[in-house]
Amino acid sequence: MDGRINIRELIMKSAGGALHRRADRIVSVFLLLAASISIITSIGIVLTLVTDAAHFFSEVSLRDFFGKNLAPLGSNPSFGVLPLIVGTLASSLLAMIVAVPVGLTAAIYMSEFAPAGLRNTLKPMMEVLAGIPTIVYGFFAYSFVTPMLMKMLPGLEAKNVLSAGLVMGVMIIPMVASLSEDAMNAVPTALREGALALGSTKLEVTLKVVVPAAISGIIASFILGISRAVGETMIVVIASGSSKKLTFDIMQSMQTMTSYIVEFTGGDAGSGTTGYYSLYAVGLLLFIFTLIMNLIAQYISKKYREAY
Amino acid sequence: MTSKANDERKSDIVYDVDNLNLWYGNDQALRDVTLDIKRNEVTAIIGPSGCGKSTFIKTLNRMVELIPIVRTSGEIYYHGNNIFEKTTRVEDLRTKVGMVFQKPNPFPKSVFENVVYGPRIHGIKSRKVLEEIAEISLKRAALWDEVKDRLHDNAYGLSGGQQQRLCIARVLAVEPEVVLMDEPTSALDPISTLKIEDLIHELKQTYTIIIVTHNMQQAGRISEKTAFFLNGEVIEYDRTEMIFSTPKDKRTEDYITGRFG
Ligand SMILES: Nc1ncnc2c1ncn2[C@@H]1O[C@H](COP(=O)(O)OP(=O)(O)O)[C@@H](O)[C@H]1O
Ligand SMILES: [Mg+2]
Repeated sequence: MDGRINIRELIMKSAGGALHRRADRIVSVFLLLAASISIITSIGIVLTLVTDAAHFFSEVSLRDFFGKNLAPLGSNPSFGVLPLIVGTLASSLLAMIVAVPVGLTAAIYMSEFAPAGLRNTLKPMMEVLAGIPTIVYGFFAYSFVTPMLMKMLPGLEAKNVLSAGLVMGVMIIPMVASLSEDAMNAVPTALREGALALGSTKLEVTLKVVVPAAISGIIASFILGISRAVGETMIVVIASGSSKKLTFDIMQSMQTMTSYIVEFTGGDAGSGTTGYYSLYAVGLLLFIFTLIMNLIAQYISKKYREAY
Repeated sequence: MTSKANDERKSDIVYDVDNLNLWYGNDQALRDVTLDIKRNEVTAIIGPSGCGKSTFIKTLNRMVELIPIVRTSGEIYYHGNNIFEKTTRVEDLRTKVGMVFQKPNPFPKSVFENVVYGPRIHGIKSRKVLEEIAEISLKRAALWDEVKDRLHDNAYGLSGGQQQRLCIARVLAVEPEVVLMDEPTSALDPISTLKIEDLIHELKQTYTIIIVTHNMQQAGRISEKTAFFLNGEVIEYDRTEMIFSTPKDKRTEDYITGRFG
């Protein structure tokens, strides 16, 4: 080799190639295992839900299940979940009424208008907000927001879905803002330059180019926000109470699917009773709810996608 | 010379650049650039990489200000109005002075929506008018025949050369007076390049074109005037045939004969 190195030979000589190929295979087996764990767990959860819910539906008809009367502990128990569905939808809707406009505005500001320095402080701050335990939000709703709202709305009950929903919205803002901001940040600068060079103002660039280009990510952030709201438990347990009466009045207490489950896993319903199995039926319903939402999200984001 | 002739000559000047200096932070990228750009001419900007060609044309529509560390001194008059003046609305300037970028940058929308983007933001709403504008602009950009059956398909489905002509159509749709082009063919294959050069020939009847190119044959083929930049300075600015046949400066001669750059 007369003093010069022969790269080709060095590569061929070192056994690295074969070793790497084996390591590659081992790594991919590990990755497959890791992926399987989450899939197997999901299947397990669904199976438990379905088998125990099947018990429940052998005793309660679907018609009664989707009925208006919920009195699981009465001497003649009834298991209509409409009040829970209304409670869940009302609290989630209220939350999104807060989280979508505020979160999206914050995202637009951070991604398109804030100077880089400010943005780099705002985003971590928002993420801290997202890390506050939900029980703190629940307590905040019950002991601060409700009394404050009572001064403006005299008819407001001490436990009500209104303040639970609003505070839940505040809790979800960082998630919507942060994910939407990521989506807008990923839009190539060249698109903004093209639009600016045509005489657009910054706001026009944002609304007509950046937001449409990022829309699938933005919608995904909304749907994740809704999923979070539907699944949220502590805030509604504390601030919205456990009224099982069917009502559409957001100034009153409403129970959600999640807080129903919390109440009955507390031990009120003995194992093997219909009340006990109703937990699984409600759990299954909750699961189907979030599943449908995710499917809608996928459909919407595919339909409005402006891929760049 | 009578005063009328004088006025006419003046209105022939689209851009009057006066002692323009520009810094990125502490690095000076343009030094005392002084030149006039004439109406309905193609002016080519040539010079080695990093000599400030892009910086210069991005200054003409103030796009360079998007970089926060940029500072300038000197004046640029667009039809006698100083573009750095506070009273100049940068959006108005950019509506009159369009820009085509080095890499095609269509929006992730349909061909049609790309072309009518400008007219839309400037307030045109009638579908019929927009359709007419789209057709006219795509024809001017020599793209109509290739896309007329797929106006509502995503622009990303077009070839690179078609995307670049779409970007030109998008600029023409707001009827600018000047079109700035920053190496518009450097990302394209030779056939697309020729199509765009032909197009530039057509466009100069109506528009004033300032084009950056590092391809000297291209400068020779398409331009009336050529400015040779080196290290942020204009070394020579003259009629293109003069630059290429009898350059006055040794450095210009070295560059066009391929001795550096
Ligand atoms: N965004 C920027 N920040 C700092 N320096 C820059 C920036 N853009 C360009 N420059 C510098 O300005 C000089 C001219 O660049 P440019 O105008 O892009 O040259 P050209 O287009 O002729 O290749 C170069 O030295 C380059 O490094
Ligand atoms: Mg350049």
